[in-house]
Amino acid sequence: MIVPWGETRLIQGNEAIALGAIAADIGFFAGYPITPSTEIAELLAQYMPLLDKKWIQMEDEIASVSALIGGRLAGSKSMTATSGPGFSRMQEGLGYACMTEVPIVLVNVMRGGPSTGLPTQAAQGDVMQARWGPHGDHPVIALAPCDVRECFDLTIRAFNLSETFRTPVILLPDEIIGHMRERIVFPRKEDVHVVPMPVPDVPVEWYEHYHESASNVSPMASFGSGYRYHVTGLMHDKHGFPTRKESEVNAKMNRLKHKITRRLDELEDVRMHDIEESSVVIFAYGSVYRSALAAQAILKKKRKTVGIFRPVTLWPFPDRTVKETLDSKDVVLVPELNQGQLIHEVERMTRDSVRVVPLHRIDGYEITPEEIVDAVMEVI
Amino acid sequence: MAATIPYEYKYLRAKKRFPHVWCPGCGIGIVMGSIIRAVDAMGWEKDDIVMVSGIGCTSRMPVYVDFNTLHATHGRGLAFGTGVKMANPNLNVMAVMGDGDSLAIGGNHIIHAARRNIDITAVIVNNNNYGMTGGQFSPTTPPGAKTSTTPYGMIEPGFDVCKLMEGAGASYVARGTVYHVTELDNMILKAFMKKGFSVVEALAPCPTNFGRANRQGGPVEMMKLLKDSTINISQLKAMKPDQTEDKIVRGIFVDRESISYGDRYEALCEVARKAAEAKK
Repeated sequence: MIVPWGETRLIQGNEAIALGAIAADIGFFAGYPITPSTEIAELLAQYMPLLDKKWIQMEDEIASVSALIGGRLAGSKSMTATSGPGFSRMQEGLGYACMTEVPIVLVNVMRGGPSTGLPTQAAQGDVMQARWGPHGDHPVIALAPCDVRECFDLTIRAFNLSETFRTPVILLPDEIIGHMRERIVFPRKEDVHVVPMPVPDVPVEWYEHYHESASNVSPMASFGSGYRYHVTGLMHDKHGFPTRKESEVNAKMNRLKHKITRRLDELEDVRMHDIEESSVVIFAYGSVYRSALAAQAILKKKRKTVGIFRPVTLWPFPDRTVKETLDSKDVVLVPELNQGQLIHEVERMTRDSVRVVPLHRIDGYEITPEEIVDAVMEVI
Repeated sequence: MAATIPYEYKYLRAKKRFPHVWCPGCGIGIVMGSIIRAVDAMGWEKDDIVMVSGIGCTSRMPVYVDFNTLHATHGRGLAFGTGVKMANPNLNVMAVMGDGDSLAIGGNHIIHAARRNIDITAVIVNNNNYGMTGGQFSPTTPPGAKTSTTPYGMIEPGFDVCKLMEGAGASYVARGTVYHVTELDNMILKAFMKKGFSVVEALAPCPTNFGRANRQGGPVEMMKLLKDSTINISQLKAMKPDQTEDKIVRGIFVDRESISYGDRYEALCEVARKAAEAKK
C-alpha cells in the first residue's frame, strides 16, 4: 500500500502531491525534471511501476504535456509536475487540452521568475499565467494549497474536477508549500471521493465527442473503446471535425465558457476567518495565508481584530463572494509573493471606497507574520 | 454493371469529410493510399488504430481516415502518440508528418522517439518545403533551392532524414517516393510489422509551392523527376560512383531487432515489483 490511509506521517508537500495522484488513481505521468517540483516526478517514478501504471520522462515540457493528452485520450488519468519555465513551455499543450476538452492535471510549484529567476525560492508569480497563459479565450481551473495535507487533498480534487468538467486543472503550490515538511494525518480511504473517468453509454453511431448536454460537458470515449472520433486543435463541430461555420464556432466557444461560469458553485472554495466583525481584512492564499493566520493571532494579542479571506480555488475567481464579503470593508490588505496579481481581481470586485492595499515580496523569501502585522498597523 | 467500390473506401470517412484540402498534384493522398493498403494487409481493426499528426498539409490526413485520429499541435505528433501508446499498448499507433513538422519544430521529439524505440510508425512526407503556409524553406530544402523565404537560394544544408533516424536508434528506416507506389506500400507494411520505432520517408512533389518556385514543372513533370532523380539501393552496386552521386537512394536502410520501449517498461515493472517483495 503506497498511500498510508488513516496513518500519521511526516512528509513534504511535493510528496503529498505524488501520493494524492496515486490516491486519485493516476494512470500516466509524463514529466521533465525541474526545481522545485522534481520530487513529485521522482516519487512517482518509484511508485508507479509497482502498480503497473505508466511513467515516462520526456525530452522537454512541451512533449510532457503533449504525452499527457495522448495518455488521457487513450484512457489513463494523466498528470505532470513542473515549475515556472516548464509551465511556460506547457502553455501550448494546456491550450490544446482546453480546446479539445481533455482532462489532465498540471502541477506548477511556483518559483521566482521571470525566466530562470530564482529556481529554489518561492513566488506566486504565475497566478495570472495560470489564468491567461495559452492564447485565446479559454476556461481555467486553478487551486492553491496552503499546507501539506491540502497538497494531498487538492491533488485528488484537481483530478476530480478535471474529469467532472472535462478540462485541464492546474495545481499551484508555491515553493514553500511544495518543499515544506509537516506531520499530517491521512484520511481513511473510504472518506475520500475519487471521480472515475466518465464513459459514454450511447450506441457508437450516436456518439458525439462534444455532445451539447445541459451540464455543457459530455462523457469522453477513449481511443480503442470502439467509439472512433477525431480530435483537433482547430475549431471544431460537436463530432470533433474542423469547422468555420459561425453557429458552430459560437456554440463551441460559449460551451467552453459556460461549462465553468454556469457551475461556479461546484468550483468555488474560500476560507474566511472573523470576516463579519472586522473592518480590515487580509486577502491571502498559499503560503502567505499561513503568515496571515499567524499575523491575525499576534494582532489579537494587541486587541486588534482583522479578518482573513482565502481563496482555495484561484480560478475561476470567487467574484460574487468577494463582492459580498469585502465590499463593505474599510481596508483589504493583499500580501502576495509577486508585484501584484490577484490584487487586481480584488480591486475589480470592490468599490472605490474600499482601500485595497498591496504588500509585495519578490526576493524569494516568505512574507512573515511580522511584515503583515506592520502593514496592518500602518493602515488601521 | 455496378461500379466496384475500391476496398480503400472502407477506411475513409468517405461520405463526410471529402473533398480534401490538398492541391492538385500533391503527393500526400498517394501516401495515404499506401498507408491504407498496408493497414488492410495487416488486418488491423479500425478501432485499434490511432493516427496522430502535427500541423501542416500532411498533418491534415487524420481527418480523412476512419481510425481514432488525433490532429495535435505543430511538431508534437510523436509526443502525443507516445502518451497514447504508453496508456494503451494494444493500440497500433502511427504518426504522419511533413518534413517541417517532424524535423524542425518536432526535431527533438523524433530523435527521442527513435532513441526510446517506442513502438510507433512514423511516416514523413517530404516535399522539401512548408506547403500550408505558402512554401517557406524546411530542414530538407536542398541547398540553392528557391522558396518564399529563400528568394536568393537556400544556404543551409539539409537533413538526411534516414541517416538521422538511423543514428538516433530507430529499428526500421526506409525511403520511398510517391512515384514508386508499390515499393512504398511494402515499406510501410514492413514498418507496421516492426516492433519498435519505424520511419518511412516518402518523397513527394509540391507543385503549388516548391515546384513552382524552382521551375520544376507541373505535377506530371515533378513525378517524372522523382522517377529520374532516385535509384533503388539494389541498383547501387551495379552502378559507378559518378552515375550515382546526384541520385537520392530509395530502399530499406535499417531493419534491426531491438527491444521496444513498451517491452522494456513492462520488464521494469516486473523488476520493481520483485524488489518491493524482496524488501518485505
